[in-house]
Amino acid sequence: MKISPRLQISLVTGILITFGLALTLYKNIELGFPLSPGQQQTVWKVESKISFEPIDGPVNISMALPQAQAGWQLFNEHFASSGFSFIVQDKQGVRQAEWARRSLNQKTTLHYKFEIYQSNTIDLENIPAPNIITPELTPDRLTAMKSVVSSLKQHSNSPVSFTQNLLEKLLLDDIGQNASFLLANKENSKLSVIMDILAFANVPHHTVKGIFLEDGRRRQTIDTLIEIHDGKHWHIFNPSSGEKGLPENFFIWQRGAGSILNVMGGKDSRLEFALVKNTLPLKTILFLEQHVQEQLLLDFSIYSLPVEQQGVFKGLLLIPVGALVVVLLRVLVGIRTAGTFMPILIALAFVQTTLLTGLFIFLLVVGIGLWIRYYLSYLNLLLVARITAVVIVVILLMATLSIVSYKLDLDQLLTVTFLPIIILAWTIERMSILWEEEGGHEVLIQGSGSLFAATLSYLLMSAELVKHLTFNFPELMISLLGFVLLLGRYTGYRLVELHRFRYLGRPDE
Amino acid sequence: MKWTTPSKLRRQGILGMNSRNVDFIGRSNDRHLYPLVDNKLKTKKAALQLGMSVPSLIGVIETQHDVKLLKQRLGDVKQFVIKPAQGSGGKGILVITDRQGDHYIKTSSAKLNFRGIERHTSNILSGLYSLGGRTDVAMIEALISFDPALSKYTYEGVPDIRVIIYHGYPVMAMMRCSTHASDGKANLHQGAVGVGIDIAYGHSLYAVQNDRIIEKHPDTDCHFHDIKLANWDKVLQLASSCYEMTKLGYFGADIVLDKKKGPVILELNARPGLAIQMANQTGLKKRLKAIDNLCQQNLSVDKRIQLAQHLFSN
Repeated sequence: MKISPRLQISLVTGILITFGLALTLYKNIELGFPLSPGQQQTVWKVESKISFEPIDGPVNISMALPQAQAGWQLFNEHFASSGFSFIVQDKQGVRQAEWARRSLNQKTTLHYKFEIYQSNTIDLENIPAPNIITPELTPDRLTAMKSVVSSLKQHSNSPVSFTQNLLEKLLLDDIGQNASFLLANKENSKLSVIMDILAFANVPHHTVKGIFLEDGRRRQTIDTLIEIHDGKHWHIFNPSSGEKGLPENFFIWQRGAGSILNVMGGKDSRLEFALVKNTLPLKTILFLEQHVQEQLLLDFSIYSLPVEQQGVFKGLLLIPVGALVVVLLRVLVGIRTAGTFMPILIALAFVQTTLLTGLFIFLLVVGIGLWIRYYLSYLNLLLVARITAVVIVVILLMATLSIVSYKLDLDQLLTVTFLPIIILAWTIERMSILWEEEGGHEVLIQGSGSLFAATLSYLLMSAELVKHLTFNFPELMISLLGFVLLLGRYTGYRLVELHRFRYLGRPDE
Repeated sequence: MKWTTPSKLRRQGILGMNSRNVDFIGRSNDRHLYPLVDNKLKTKKAALQLGMSVPSLIGVIETQHDVKLLKQRLGDVKQFVIKPAQGSGGKGILVITDRQGDHYIKTSSAKLNFRGIERHTSNILSGLYSLGGRTDVAMIEALISFDPALSKYTYEGVPDIRVIIYHGYPVMAMMRCSTHASDGKANLHQGAVGVGIDIAYGHSLYAVQNDRIIEKHPDTDCHFHDIKLANWDKVLQLASSCYEMTKLGYFGADIVLDKKKGPVILELNARPGLAIQMANQTGLKKRLKAIDNLCQQNLSVDKRIQLAQHLFSN
């Protein structure tokens, strides 16, 4: 039996649209995936790398895992440990990851990835103050210590102001004879000297280890803060700046004594972090937190890709939306554009440059380009050579624009580099031929038509809701495909035809 | 700004762009048949094989290297046309009407030296005027000396007759007259005048420029209402017989009335425009539907014309 194209189209589009919508609804209703973006939340993807060089014998690495504190939430943990036996166990309330292997003969890196976000800012838990262990010092160091502590105590009336004075003093260039004597001993780092002084002055204290979150950092290391107890509360200090309070971008890994990483059977061990910042809808995060491991459908979703690829798809998935705008404008409205998909590419460039800047740069570059192309047409060149010449001219124009705007501090114009060169050159070529053949009027119509379509696509593509839907419900693209196929069979009148044929009809009718 | 409604257009049977593309071009025209009509050289060869009249070919320039042979090919010919084989919308057509020593005279009486003609030919070859910028070949044709009876209805260009052929039946026709605004070209969207022609008798119906009805030619001031085309049956015969040649279900045949040869085929168009409906002040779709409803098949050209003239007489 042969099915007519008309029926086939109805069947195929029906199936496609229903399938896409059904998947979307399933994800929304059954899996609780939110349809609207809602509140946005900054999420940090942290990739920890433990690298070490093995020595003879068995290798055993243990790492204290971070605990969610101060309102931070941790989710989506991944461990990579090929060839190692691996367990996570609880040791005195702290989760500890342990990798073990009989023998190893090359430098190795172990990975531990997780994602964190700060759901709210709450104070750290008020844990009991630890016992103070007075350091054992040689007589000459003891004398220096006594004089440092007594001079600091003269200027302070509480453990907090004592610590503040101490840290401020150590930051100065001229820290005094006694203090520099204490620091002079190479065996003692500045941090341990501070701890010794605090212990000697009878101030309960401990270290707070964690990471300063900076977007795009590849080799971030653990930093240490100091926390003291004034008898009632804990107070946190940053020893490298002397500032009081927990820095906003500091993620606490471990609070209190103890080491994070222990490597047995290895040397030169390092713990480094790569950090990527990402903004996601809060609902999505909450959802991912609960379900990421459970659902097969999610396991094959875009979320399972590495962060960089996710970023690429974020852009790619928007293209069908832009294409839809162009199809609608051409088929239903009848707007003429220069090239079918040039408006989408311009719209994609606008996403990077923002709309007004993008429009301005586009008009500027194409305008100057057209003028130069006008001259080139005098020279009577072969087509390929001429287009190549236009490409070179466009690149020179963009470079000039960048340099001039940089010198004038117009940072926005620097985004000119996001406009696709080939599209610009091609637009200039097309427009100039159009100008010669059909006159400036047609250039104006098609040029403004393209820019209108590009602007509309951009507005749609930059809408939060559209971004959210395309990225979280890529199956909507299947429905979109069905809808576009349906549009391909649209045989009704275009909007412009209602204007074009306005005088039609015999006077007597 | 005045607008009409879709229901009004539907009632009058107006064919829209989307419907043209899907219902008629898409359904009746196989893509593999396009090259024959998109390439004027191929069209000409096929037409000659079937003994149809076409403007005579003086020569073809195929490569940039051959541009040097142009002078030799032209010989002593004083009137000629150079055009791209795959040009669209009348682009790249150079018409030379006379020769004065080293100078060539264009239709607009502007002078051009031989370097200029070489440059134009070279541009044609590099694809400047062709669909998608593909490399092309340049055709040199003898100039058509069109019927002087029509010369008062045109400015600087050859008036041609466009006949829409649907499954071999002539369904609608118009004469296209160039104007000063259209720069000597016969394209309606560039400002040329379209004059609707009655399929049955070959007389004029309405004249439109830029979608509006006009009474007389804007440059020559001649009234359009009493035109009666000579050899009308021959025009229809020539146009309709192109169906056997191309096998295209829906196309437009552009025909010129030559003083000596009578009707000759200038070119064929697989995607004819919709402005012809304005020149006839009637819708194409209802006529196309009427043809679809005919039961008779495999009729001769003459029978088809008879039927069409019966159906579409005003």
